Amino acid sequence: MTKQHPAWSPYDNNGGTCVAIAGADYCVIAADTRMSTGYSILTRDYSKICKLADKCVMASSGFQADVKALQKLLAARHLIYQHQHNKQMSCPGMAQLLSNTLYYKRFFPYYSFNVLGGLDNEGKGCVYTYDAVGSYERVGYSSQGSGSTLIMPFLDNQLKSPSPLLLPAQDAVTPLSEAEAVDLVKTCFASATERDIYTASSPPLSFSALCDGFFVTVKMQLW
Amino acid sequence: MESIQAKQGLVGPNDPIQRTQLPYVTGTSVVALKYKDGILMAADMGGSYGSTIRYKSVERIKPIGKHSLLGASGEISDFQELLRNLDELILYDNMWDDGNSLGPKELHSYLTRVMYNRRNKFDPLWNSLVLGGVKNGQKYLGMVSMIGVNFEDSHVATGFGNHLARPILRDEWHENLSYEDGVKLLEKCMRVLLYRDRSAVNKLQIAKITEEGTTISQPYALKTFWGFTAFQNPTAGAEGSW
Repeated sequence: MTKQHPAWSPYDNNGGTCVAIAGADYCVIAADTRMSTGYSILTRDYSKICKLADKCVMASSGFQADVKALQKLLAARHLIYQHQHNKQMSCPGMAQLLSNTLYYKRFFPYYSFNVLGGLDNEGKGCVYTYDAVGSYERVGYSSQGSGSTLIMPFLDNQLKSPSPLLLPAQDAVTPLSEAEAVDLVKTCFASATERDIYTASSPPLSFSALCDGFFVTVKMQLW
Repeated sequence: MESIQAKQGLVGPNDPIQRTQLPYVTGTSVVALKYKDGILMAADMGGSYGSTIRYKSVERIKPIGKHSLLGASGEISDFQELLRNLDELILYDNMWDDGNSLGPKELHSYLTRVMYNRRNKFDPLWNSLVLGGVKNGQKYLGMVSMIGVNFEDSHVATGFGNHLARPILRDEWHENLSYEDGVKLLEKCMRVLLYRDRSAVNKLQIAKITEEGTTISQPYALKTFWGFTAFQNPTAGAEGSW
């Protein structure tokens, strides 16, 4: 009787959580900085946020090698776009590109759970949320990753999002100010860190706030 | 053993392509840290064949180009193949003869891509790599796993080192360690690994890389002490354990 060896897995979950909240003229994107494998921490200071275009920032958690490959691919495609069109890609445009890129590997997926945030063509905040194979939707706020199950219901409660079934469709973009949104995001991470072992930031969280075209990445102390 | 061999077979000319392997001759942990002038890296010289420590003079740290050191744990033959790839890379870099040379960041990126692409083909290089170096005054230390997971940090360790050495480093590492303090800290980590990792051998090399260049020490052994009272009666505090 041959001893069955477990098939080696090409995937690993390096953990982490991402959150994004869209406002009237800003968007806040945040992610924790812990990278784990199994029950070990690999590093406490790894950024999961990648700026793809002037008004478009992606935060991704999951399998880090796939996330890195995805970020590189999108950055390269954006560079080509800039060469061909002499302008930055819009956030909705990048959102579609990300979806297509993910689906391209439908049968050997990027194990990457993404949240795309930025400003749309009218300067309003937009957030797009994805699964690993490219299903996406524009929403007012979202979280992905290991802590998302803890954060999402909290955001639903705090941001009182209108039902997507309403007609005419109502915007889920929050009326909160940027400072209030940032504070809310900090609270989300504080809560998720309490109960999710894969979410934590011992150097501070990496934050990106997009406001009116100005891109600010700030490392802020949580407590 | 025989049945596994029969299942995997030897490579014949008409055989299907072989994919995911099992590692055969493996090296254990590599530990590295940034210090004031550059990077210090340590690895023992053991090559284990399963539970046998078959080879005791395996050099698992090698200088790459002018600016980097590469340490590897895992399958030794895969490490040797990587070294051949890197030889070619460095050769072509030198042939440009343009005064520029590949630094640690570039090598880390190259290695990450190589490991990731092999993983995509379901035929990984069964290694955990530690890449450290200094270029233009900038110190760099990073790691790549066999499935392409990579990161950089002030101190890294592979395999058992991640469990046993990293906590010590998290506690005692600080910026601007002197060379002597860095070596002491690394030796502390390697000693713990020697006590607790069954595939460790007491013959190690410590490598140093600074802006000036690379030095890999001659192999030497650590002083060990087995007279701790905790070692005499190891289950005293927890009856029934081992």
